[in-house]
Amino acid sequence: MDLRFTDDEIAFRDEVRQFFAENLPNDIHAKMLDGEYPDKDGLVAWTRILNSKGWAVPHWPEEHGGIGWGPMKQYIFLEELQKYPCPQPLAFGVNMVGPVIYTFGNEAQKKQFLPRIANLDDWWCQGFSEPGAGSDLASLKTRAVRDGDHYVVNGQKTWTTLAQYADWIFCLVRTDTQAKKQEGISFLLIDMNTPGIEVRPIVTIDGGREINEVFFTDVRVPVANLVGEENKGWDYAKFLLGNERTNIARIGVSKQKIARIRELAAKEMSRGRPLLEDPRFREKIASVEIELKALEMTQLRVVAADAKRGNTGKPDPASSILKIKGSQIQQATTHLLMEVMGPYAMPFQHDTGEGWNEPPVGPDYAAHAAPGYFNYRKVSIYGGSNEIQKNIIAKAVLGL
Amino acid sequence: MDFDFTEEQSMLKDALDRLLANEYGFEKRNTYLKAPEGWSPAVWNHIAEMGLCALPFAEEDGGLGGGTEDIMIVMESLGRVLALEPYFATVVLGGGFVREGGNAAQRAELVPKIADGSLKLAFAHTERNARYDLSHVETTAKKDGDGYVLNGAKSLALGGDAADKIFVSARLSGGIRDVDGVAVFLVDADAPGVTGRGYRLQDGTHAAEVTLENVRVAAQALFGEAGKGHALIAKVTDQAIAALCAEAVGAMSALHDLTVEYLKTRKQFGVEIGKFQVLQHAAVDMFVATEQARSITMYATMMADSDDAGERSRAVSAAKAEVGRGARLVGENAIQLHGGVGMTMEFAAGHYFKRLTMIDILFGDSDHHLSKLAEMGGLFETAAA
Ligand SMILES: Cc1cc2nc3c(=O)[nH]c(=O)nc-3n(C[C@H](O)[C@H](O)[C@H](O)COP(=O)(O)OP(=O)(O)OC[C@H]3O[C@@H](n4cnc5c(N)ncnc54)[C@H](O)[C@@H]3O)c2cc1C
Repeated sequence: MDLRFTDDEIAFRDEVRQFFAENLPNDIHAKMLDGEYPDKDGLVAWTRILNSKGWAVPHWPEEHGGIGWGPMKQYIFLEELQKYPCPQPLAFGVNMVGPVIYTFGNEAQKKQFLPRIANLDDWWCQGFSEPGAGSDLASLKTRAVRDGDHYVVNGQKTWTTLAQYADWIFCLVRTDTQAKKQEGISFLLIDMNTPGIEVRPIVTIDGGREINEVFFTDVRVPVANLVGEENKGWDYAKFLLGNERTNIARIGVSKQKIARIRELAAKEMSRGRPLLEDPRFREKIASVEIELKALEMTQLRVVAADAKRGNTGKPDPASSILKIKGSQIQQATTHLLMEVMGPYAMPFQHDTGEGWNEPPVGPDYAAHAAPGYFNYRKVSIYGGSNEIQKNIIAKAVLGL
Repeated sequence: MDFDFTEEQSMLKDALDRLLANEYGFEKRNTYLKAPEGWSPAVWNHIAEMGLCALPFAEEDGGLGGGTEDIMIVMESLGRVLALEPYFATVVLGGGFVREGGNAAQRAELVPKIADGSLKLAFAHTERNARYDLSHVETTAKKDGDGYVLNGAKSLALGGDAADKIFVSARLSGGIRDVDGVAVFLVDADAPGVTGRGYRLQDGTHAAEVTLENVRVAAQALFGEAGKGHALIAKVTDQAIAALCAEAVGAMSALHDLTVEYLKTRKQFGVEIGKFQVLQHAAVDMFVATEQARSITMYATMMADSDDAGERSRAVSAAKAEVGRGARLVGENAIQLHGGVGMTMEFAAGHYFKRLTMIDILFGDSDHHLSKLAEMGGLFETAAA
């Protein structure tokens, strides 16, 4: 056992850091530091910078555009990306549908979609959840009925993140109503410009515009857009949800938040001294740091095991640990950051498109603190809620 | 001790709840939120007509002679529906200064106007670097003939955009964080030199930045004793915190009801999600936190007009700390148990969560009051020697 990074890994980390420092556009960096995300154009621009370096999809197999970094390097890359902080390439493309396509798709689909995903030429969104099918995803009702060379799709998806920007949506649809519920589901790729698709925004509690409802009325989808076999979509969905072990805990994001908390707590005053000098507040930061360090080591254990064994692509209960603890830590950091601002967390000065273009109330770094806290309640809900993750561990690990 | 309402209190509560049942509800509240003032003038008039704006003032001043318990009852009901009208800013906070700091002439002038709903008030105290420290006052007051000249910048005055008159704290002498040397003045919102800039808070309620530039006020603008303003501010804010705790209890209990109702109706895996024991226990934790908050709020309410400032402050800090913790637990669990719908503005749960988060911050968050209580020696006396 040697728990230190190798010299090679350290050199790699420095190279990555330097690249981010030299190449991330300043306006995007400023937004990210502020707890905001870039708009569509910003993410496209950044993805293309990464892609021209060959770093947009480093975790993909080399034949599809990846670089053949082992899990440890991938992990270091991602952590540095999050810590800087740079925006992450759009997960729906590079982490979700991309791997599904190169693993289960046909040659034509690989050729058509993979390069465009890496370059963010196509913006993808995820059409899994429905109003009646959340945790119980397999009960989904959106229907696809075969009609010659097409499927005709009718139904509704919801909570669809960033569907307002999307060129494509990958959907789970029901193709067999007679079979057991997991066995009648197919995985369809649908062009968002097809007639019959309507996107309606849902405003989140932080005032943000990130999720949508997507309605399908007699939407005709070429059979060529079916991934893999009909009625095998559930397997692909499980693969998709389970194959992400390096990203789920978002260690780098939390490290960056903690650095930000320290930086701003040194500026905010409490009883005539910087808040950072308040022992109670320092203890709270330290407490989150301990949790985060432990989770980082857990994460590295998982990464190292993957490196030895090769990523099997099978769901691993370790993902559930990383998801539960990672979401709790992310939520704790957003709450602490809000606490830093004291009463200045209260004014609503979040740019939601309604346009907040007045001078800030209080410090110019407080605007996103409370919205960030509200918004991050989502991380223990989506991607399999923490209750569902605990069910998985109880069953798969503890045998209960 | 008697935990039952008097007949008058029951009538008051029933009448108010009837009014709010008619005038509030998710859709109606959203229309009020969207209006420029962010609340409903019509509902405000009803509240005044019911006599609620006269509630905490002495009968000889034109009030109804209600006590802190009556205010608790009203605030809890307002909290249940997330009422937006400026009752807290005008009657509880502003009214607190009138009642506790006003002389006979000042009370005679102001109480009738508060009582009929025509006068709206605010309290502009916080400053940029004050955080939650009540004694932090950089704004200055200089004696000028019979009156005073005020200069400074105040932040986050609740209801400050709607207020006709604003109580401001200013320093006559001493260092920025000295307890001595502070005074409280009432200024007209449209007096020369007063600039307000209104905005919304995260929960949709309104506040304002208030700048004072060579604002001249007459001697009658002073409330309470010059230089002894801190004690007045401490007392009024303690009472206001007790009232805010009651509002939180109303919001927590409504949010808990909503969540339990959701657990009974939402189905996943073929059953109501309320059948999952882990969710039952989470709902029970919310229930326990709400009842603990209710109890400690009653304690703070009982102590809120105590003349023993130490005893009063300890009780109020205890309540604010406990209510803040409980509010967070209830709010976060409510969102979690609602799943995706909890994350949207289209369901009530998120609105309650945001209000409760703001209440925790207002006048000092849970941790602030925990520290304050610890510094004051805690709640229970050590065994007699
Ligand atoms: C901001 C946001 C973005 C999202 N983006 C997308 C997206 O892009 N695409 C997409 O397809 N989906 C997306 N989702 C949907 C997300 O995956 C679902 O919200 C999630 O699966 C939970 O489903 P639900 O909201 O229907 O809650 P429900 O499943 O109704 O759950 C409600 C509560 O019941 C609990 N519960 C349910 N079943 C059990 C059980 N068996 N045991 C114990 N507790 C249980 C849950 O944990 C939760 O607390 C997003 C959600 C959010 C909040």
